[in-house]
Amino acid sequence: MSNYIIKNGLVIDPVKQTQSKADILIKDGKIADIAAEINCSLPLIDAANCIVTPGFVELHAHFREPGFEGKETLDTGCQSALQGGYTTVCTMPNTNPAIDKEYLVRYQKLRGREINKIKLEVIGAVSKGLAGQEMAELGKMYSAGAVAFSDDGMPVMNSGLMRNALVYSSQFAVPIVVHQEDHALSGNGVMHEGPTATKLGLAGIPALAEEVMIARDIELIKNCSAKLHVAHVSTAGSVALIREAKSKGLAITCEVTPHHLTLTDSLLAERLYDTNLKMSPPLRTANDVEACINGLLDGTIDAIATDHAPHRFDEKDVEFNYAPNGITGLETAFSALYTALVKTNRIDLLTLVKKLSSDPARVFNLPGGTLNIGSWADIAVIDLNRGFKVLPEMLATKGKNTPWLYQKHYGKVCCVLVNGEIKFVEESFNGAKENL
Amino acid sequence: MESSPPLTNLLSIHELTRAQLLLILATAQKYKSLMAESIRYQPVLHGKTIGLLFYEPSTRTRCSFELACRYLGAHYISIAKAGSSFVKGETLKDTVWNLRAMGVDLLVMRHPVSGAAHYLSQKLDIPIVNAGDGMHAHPTQALLDIFTMQEHIGTLENKVIAIVGDIRHSRVARSNIHALTKLGAQVRLVAPPTFIPPGIEQLGAKVYQNIEEALSADIIMALRIQKERQLSGYIPSTGEYARLFGLNQSCFNTNSEGLIMHPGPINRGVELTSEIADSNRSLILKQIPNGVAVRMAILATLLGGHQNE
Repeated sequence: MSNYIIKNGLVIDPVKQTQSKADILIKDGKIADIAAEINCSLPLIDAANCIVTPGFVELHAHFREPGFEGKETLDTGCQSALQGGYTTVCTMPNTNPAIDKEYLVRYQKLRGREINKIKLEVIGAVSKGLAGQEMAELGKMYSAGAVAFSDDGMPVMNSGLMRNALVYSSQFAVPIVVHQEDHALSGNGVMHEGPTATKLGLAGIPALAEEVMIARDIELIKNCSAKLHVAHVSTAGSVALIREAKSKGLAITCEVTPHHLTLTDSLLAERLYDTNLKMSPPLRTANDVEACINGLLDGTIDAIATDHAPHRFDEKDVEFNYAPNGITGLETAFSALYTALVKTNRIDLLTLVKKLSSDPARVFNLPGGTLNIGSWADIAVIDLNRGFKVLPEMLATKGKNTPWLYQKHYGKVCCVLVNGEIKFVEESFNGAKENL
Repeated sequence: MESSPPLTNLLSIHELTRAQLLLILATAQKYKSLMAESIRYQPVLHGKTIGLLFYEPSTRTRCSFELACRYLGAHYISIAKAGSSFVKGETLKDTVWNLRAMGVDLLVMRHPVSGAAHYLSQKLDIPIVNAGDGMHAHPTQALLDIFTMQEHIGTLENKVIAIVGDIRHSRVARSNIHALTKLGAQVRLVAPPTFIPPGIEQLGAKVYQNIEEALSADIIMALRIQKERQLSGYIPSTGEYARLFGLNQSCFNTNSEGLIMHPGPINRGVELTSEIADSNRSLILKQIPNGVAVRMAILATLLGGHQNE
């Protein structure tokens, strides 16, 4: 079991809500002590000029294995997570086969342990084959360790199935995660409905497509004890609906992506028809971005989740309508948000760290995401002052489909520990070299 | 004439400078005269090869490009979706790289996806002419429309042009709005509210929902109503559309002198009645030869066959 002392860093503790210069003592893979000055002879990780945070917790990633290994594998996905500062990742079940059975949940968890990079958690399907018709075996998947259930990408349009899934899942006390999109309203839309879509001649996806489904599901949970988690909230109306539902004490949580917190649909008129700006839900307006930021700040939005969705280069290198939805996010989440929101004083560093770590862990009731004494040492060391250009060759994910390509970011993840073991050291970071 | 960078592609009217637009129209005027001669042949593009790639059906646009190529002495290869490797699943990128490897000097493309012409221009180092991409743009149509308007009513400065029909799905409407506003015309859009896309006013047009308001315009352009819009719920029926927004004789009882245009193909009895389509106020068949002249001007300009003076 590994023992380290992390010294000289600015420790950001999202649970205690503190940020202070402190040393962290790691013994037997767990956090043994955090204090201003700890003197010991354990192997040193020098975090001078860096912040030290809990490893981030991702609620929403697509690692594509099994079935779509050309886009991503569990191995490249886990490596990508590490390089983004993540130590726990929950994967979505839209693989081939879809993760809709107990043995498939077990398989993925076993592969995660075999790869041994981060903690891989599995989200099972709500319906068999993600077909939206019959409920999948939620209880068996739960017993195999599924942390939530979702038909992500395929909204559950069948209200009867959704109601039953919510009521049925309440016995396990794990959330049903929903991609909210009324297909009758989104139709053949490929970007946010509005003036930019009109100008570009692209079919629009109205904000309503998301909002009416959230409104429906809020009604559905009113008389049962189910937990509803709304994936990737993107509109001001959605934030308002969830804020109101929370104020009535309903068991609803939600997440927002880094891109919905920083980018708008008007970018498509600048980078004409760039398929790396195509995702579902689509980029919305400046007003929606503002509402999402405010929702994050007032607690309406519980967590930041990336919806990491890798695709092959050639799949995205086609006419706009033919390109698949989705962008990758794990390796750029922190730096994109730090650069766009913290450096500009829109949100504070503590809130950003909290929404990437302890808050998502709480939503899915996962053990990670804190620096609590006695917890597993899942830790990220990040150099806020280091600027870098996001280059395809530096990304571990197979999916180079990110709108931040060639952009200048600040906040480089330098070193990541999982269960107290050093799993990643950025090549120019010298603070942990002697331990390799 | 105002100076402007030379044209390298024709992807949309929006991206043209006013000077570039005027230059194409002036060049088209010369080719229009050629069209009236007994031998229509001016081989300024002798030896050049032009690819015509049509992923959507077309009669007017395609035939006028073919004739434009012939009149200018260029070779052309004409590819339709059916019968091409598209049906075998070949991507656009691979298809056009192969055409380029065969020596094609310029590519004209019609495609059902908005932005496809921009995509193509990023993949190739030869001039691209957008012959219609999805709902986005149809610049050669707008140019021939403008050319026809100027022929009949002179300068478009402060003239009122009404566009009636399915604005939402129309690349012709979008390109015409850009062209007309660049030339100082006032554009009125008339359609059922489901055919008005959000934010269209930001392109510089005014929205009306009453056909009466269109009729005082100098020119009324009717757009084709596609049958499938009824199925997707935008309108209850083409019959109801004809009743509320169709152009017919009784619309013109007053002293209105408005001229009628239509990009074709027309649905007789829907957008306009036969009496209107075939009347003296109709410019529909006058638009057609102008389509050839404008496309000759564009091909010649892009391939350097026309010397700017």
